[in-house]
Amino acid sequence: MTKAITHTELITTDRLAGPRRRHGVGHRRQSALRTTIFHVLTLAVLVVILYPAVWMVMSSFKPGNEIIGSVSLVPESFSFDNYAKALSGIGGVSFWTFVVNSLILAVASVVGVVLSCSITAYAFARIRFRGSKFFFLCMIATMLLPFHVVIIPQYIVFNQLDMINTYWPLLLGKFLAADAFFVFLMIQFIRGLPRDLDEAARIDGAGHVRTFTAVILPLMKPALVTSSIFAFIWSWNDFFGPLLYLKDPGMYTMPLALRLYVDQTSTSDYGAQMAMAILALLPVVLFFLAFQRYLVSGVATEGLKG
Amino acid sequence: MTAPAATAAPARARTKNVRARRETRSGYLFLSPWLIGFFALTAGPMVASLALSFTDYNLFNDPEFVGLDNYTRMLTDPNFLQAVKVTGIYVLVGTPLKLIAALGVAMLLNAPRRGQGFYRSAFYLPSLIGGSVSIAIVWKAMFIDNGIVAQIGSFFGGPPASEGGWVGDPARTLPLLILLTVWQFGAPMVIFLAGLKQVPPELYEAASVDGAGPVRRFFSITIPMLSPVLFFNLLLETIHAFQVFNSAYIISNGSGGPAGSTLFYTLYLYLRGFRDFQMGYASAMAWVLVIAVGIVTLILFRSSRAWVHYAGDER
Repeated sequence: MTKAITHTELITTDRLAGPRRRHGVGHRRQSALRTTIFHVLTLAVLVVILYPAVWMVMSSFKPGNEIIGSVSLVPESFSFDNYAKALSGIGGVSFWTFVVNSLILAVASVVGVVLSCSITAYAFARIRFRGSKFFFLCMIATMLLPFHVVIIPQYIVFNQLDMINTYWPLLLGKFLAADAFFVFLMIQFIRGLPRDLDEAARIDGAGHVRTFTAVILPLMKPALVTSSIFAFIWSWNDFFGPLLYLKDPGMYTMPLALRLYVDQTSTSDYGAQMAMAILALLPVVLFFLAFQRYLVSGVATEGLKG
Repeated sequence: MTAPAATAAPARARTKNVRARRETRSGYLFLSPWLIGFFALTAGPMVASLALSFTDYNLFNDPEFVGLDNYTRMLTDPNFLQAVKVTGIYVLVGTPLKLIAALGVAMLLNAPRRGQGFYRSAFYLPSLIGGSVSIAIVWKAMFIDNGIVAQIGSFFGGPPASEGGWVGDPARTLPLLILLTVWQFGAPMVIFLAGLKQVPPELYEAASVDGAGPVRRFFSITIPMLSPVLFFNLLLETIHAFQVFNSAYIISNGSGGPAGSTLFYTLYLYLRGFRDFQMGYASAMAWVLVIAVGIVTLILFRSSRAWVHYAGDER
């Protein structure tokens, strides 16, 4: 498990591992049977996995009184009322305010992660210096550390700095490479790049800054894309950070708005809650559909290097 | 660097030294954002919370030193014990179930077949969205609803004891949350799949020739060859399970109810710290969590020597 799997490798092994050709009628019949079993089993899993999503979408189109107590999955009458209700905002704050707030945070997070984590990853992967092994271990340790141990002092300090109800507490860490997951992902990627390129640049007289910006950074694009997508989605879905630091509904992100909405509508109005939940998830699902290959191979890369 | 450069060898040593120093300077230059973050956002706050854990502090008055009071208080705090129990069950039951589901489906998907990529992505999707508030709300509504889920539920275990479906029944809220984490088996599954691709097919062929059946091959080849990946998944999923928050918060409306059945450790920590402003007690709880996670990590690493086989010995 010492070998790092890069994205390209993963994708090529995928493609190369096509169905193996077998000869003989008996074999063919057996493999046809196996293929059928495979599809039946996987489809069964798929139905179970996607059921909540289907339920969610269907419920969002049901009129308020039809959800609870109705056994049928499909609504008797499709209605867009729930979406109209969800889009009309909460407590005097427009729905689009929440969207914009979430977007600001997500985009700023992506910028912060790409800038700070790529620099950090380069230092760990390509520069030999005293203390690098020690700090590398520290970085790995932060991945395993429950973050709850730092939130109370952080909160106290941000409170003293008058930064409660601002986005600073949520963004500072992103610009200081606090997400070790991304640093690690990028280190693995840089380690997979041939060293000859660095050496060629070195012979041409380039220092580390030049080597990083002109050689490594352009080659890191797949890792940067993967990190950006994850950074966006995690920021978009983040609940705990905004719950701690954002107090004014005008500053709320989508997940906080969603919780507020659930609090206000109580148990009766599930349809509208589902509509709102779907709208909150929409960007994540769109990202997933557009970039699933990057996401899945990003997760695979993370797992494969002992 | 006091030696005079009289001969060639020290001169070479000196240029090497200069280069090493330049490397170190560049290294710390590139590392500086992370270093600032590490000391200001992680190491410093860790020390601070350790210090706070020996005090009584409510954010408004000065911290008051109380020695080990916060720690001894935990032993007699029924809510704390409840939080430990709930979280313990969740970790011990949820994590193995999730990994078994992940490995099972990964085995199913491993043989190269048409649609593999599609299935892999589809099964991964819950991992991406499962931690969100949206899904927690859906989960809650789904189990209050009288639809298929409730029908299946009452088929297996009779009707729920109280109104509000599974969500209102203290005996069923934890199974409901465990189900939610098992549903997110996609991320470890993807990692298992990548690991399975690394197993050389010759091993299976050789075993087949020797007459080993599928069960034997699974336990004698797949499991040992996959053990580093299994270890990685076990470690990460266990650590994550200790820290579950969002789903419990949403399903119980931030209360940990009904009857403390969803009072997860981090939720209780949050309530003590940020609802009651008992910052000292919450800090002590945070440190107990760190130590617990540390011990579990240590046990897993120690035990891994016995059951994790690293490739290189075999290959």
